[in-house]
Amino acid sequence: MKRAIVIEKIWKALMYASIALVLFFVVSVIWSVFRRGLPVLSWEMVSSLPGGGFYIGKEGGFLNAIVGSIYIVGGATVLGLLVSIPVVFYLNVYLKPHPKLGVVARLAYDILFGIPSIVYGAFGFTIMIFFGLRTSLLGGIIVVTLLIIPIFIRSMDEVAKTIPQDILEAGYSLGSTRLETITVVVRQIAPAIATATLLGIGRAIGDAAGVMFTAGFSDSIPTSLTQQTASLPLSVFFQLSAPQLEVQDRAYAAAVVLTAIVLILSLSGRFIMNRFSRNKI
Amino acid sequence: MSIAISIPHIFGTDFTQRVPWTVHIPFVVDRKFPRLEDTHLTTRNLNIRIGDTHILKDVNVEIPQNKITCIIGPSGCGKTTLLRTFNRLVDSIEGVKIDGQVNLGKQDIVAANAGQMSELRRNIGLVPQRPCPLPMSIYDNIAYGCRIHGVRGKRKLDLVVQHYLEAVGLWNEVKDRLHSPANKLSGGQQQRLCLARSLAVEPSYLLADESTSALDPISSKTVEDLFVKLKRDYSIVMVTHTLRQAQRIADYVIFMYLGEVIEQGDAKEVFSNPKHELTKTYLNGGIS
Repeated sequence: MKRAIVIEKIWKALMYASIALVLFFVVSVIWSVFRRGLPVLSWEMVSSLPGGGFYIGKEGGFLNAIVGSIYIVGGATVLGLLVSIPVVFYLNVYLKPHPKLGVVARLAYDILFGIPSIVYGAFGFTIMIFFGLRTSLLGGIIVVTLLIIPIFIRSMDEVAKTIPQDILEAGYSLGSTRLETITVVVRQIAPAIATATLLGIGRAIGDAAGVMFTAGFSDSIPTSLTQQTASLPLSVFFQLSAPQLEVQDRAYAAAVVLTAIVLILSLSGRFIMNRFSRNKI
Repeated sequence: MSIAISIPHIFGTDFTQRVPWTVHIPFVVDRKFPRLEDTHLTTRNLNIRIGDTHILKDVNVEIPQNKITCIIGPSGCGKTTLLRTFNRLVDSIEGVKIDGQVNLGKQDIVAANAGQMSELRRNIGLVPQRPCPLPMSIYDNIAYGCRIHGVRGKRKLDLVVQHYLEAVGLWNEVKDRLHSPANKLSGGQQQRLCLARSLAVEPSYLLADESTSALDPISSKTVEDLFVKLKRDYSIVMVTHTLRQAQRIADYVIFMYLGEVIEQGDAKEVFSNPKHELTKTYLNGGIS
């Protein structure tokens, strides 16, 4: 056989092996979580608040953590999109004739992207102490927003960079101002907005470090922005560190819920994305 | 009493059902914007530098009304830059410096501020080189320009969309799928859509930057024929690389070489009896 063909076969085998490795991890993570969590998971767990002795194995559920996580992530996603879409628009439309400024701006959010979430948590905590605030839903939302803004900007910007100049010029030549081309730009990068949102939510909902100091923990569902709130990752953390085996199993049940939420989000994201991208040039 | 009866009658009329509408062009369709009184497009001592490169040198041209003006010349001679100066798209190039005047009527395009630019660009439409529909439906592509200039109302826009799609011969091909994405159209259809999109904001001028070069021969012919038809109502400035195309459709020719206008004049005159040596060489295929 020719040398090149042998080499290709070897590389191909390696590629198959790495795909198999990735699939193996996906399946084994889901399997190990579901194996311990699913038998314990019951309707009561996802629909009721923790009772008096919940953390030592008595009755109750972790609805507080589910709702808390949804509140935090929902708020952070909305705030994050409100900040990052204008940033991406500015970088790719207004800064286009001055690419040097864009380099500085992009470097800045690349640095933000690399900062670990515990640092954001500590940062948020310092600010809150400075203003004399207590841990609250609002604090959690703000820190998680800071955490996901770089993710949003980075993944949208990658796509926005590829917007054909022709499309912008078509807008200008009809007499639109640069601001008015936002309708065109947003339609063009709609699939990227959907992907970025999902990536951001996926990262935010699983993040424990950012909310630990800022959102606190509570056994009830918050009714205002200033109240403390529970979150799923912290719920997993507290239950998993308990000595009782049945409490640890409940941690896995909470992890099942967390994984299921992320899975549902990314699958539904695929469908939504296809719908958004129909107009893309 | 009679007023009370007649008002609901008028407003009850469905304007979209008016037949045959082509005979009676509805007032709302092609008089949406105020017309310019003076639409002469001229340049005076226009110089453009990008960085240290001198792209256009002392360009003085006057674009004739209701004619097809072809700008010809070898690659890199500044044809496209001149065209893009007319609607100030050169601004998007980093380090560009414009000296001199470009006038549309009494208004100086070079000195125009952002507010005037919008109105000027509405008056000077652009048909791009590659077909480039906006990322929206066919209907919205036409309506986009009208909407940003403040034309609202579904009935009015329906009429506008139909009128301009008919003007470019696209109506019968797309009337059943107006709300499907424009990117599903073929290249030639997309280019006609771009043309219709430019026409919908009622420009006085159309700038065509090699608008047929990316199309197949049949679509290219269709678009070319459209330009010939449209010169009755619009003044068309066209950059072209194909000399044959210029010979077919040009009424007025501007020959450029290395950023300078070498010769300009009536197309028949320039093609049959060029005055300048460079023009002769170019027309004989000596420079490319």
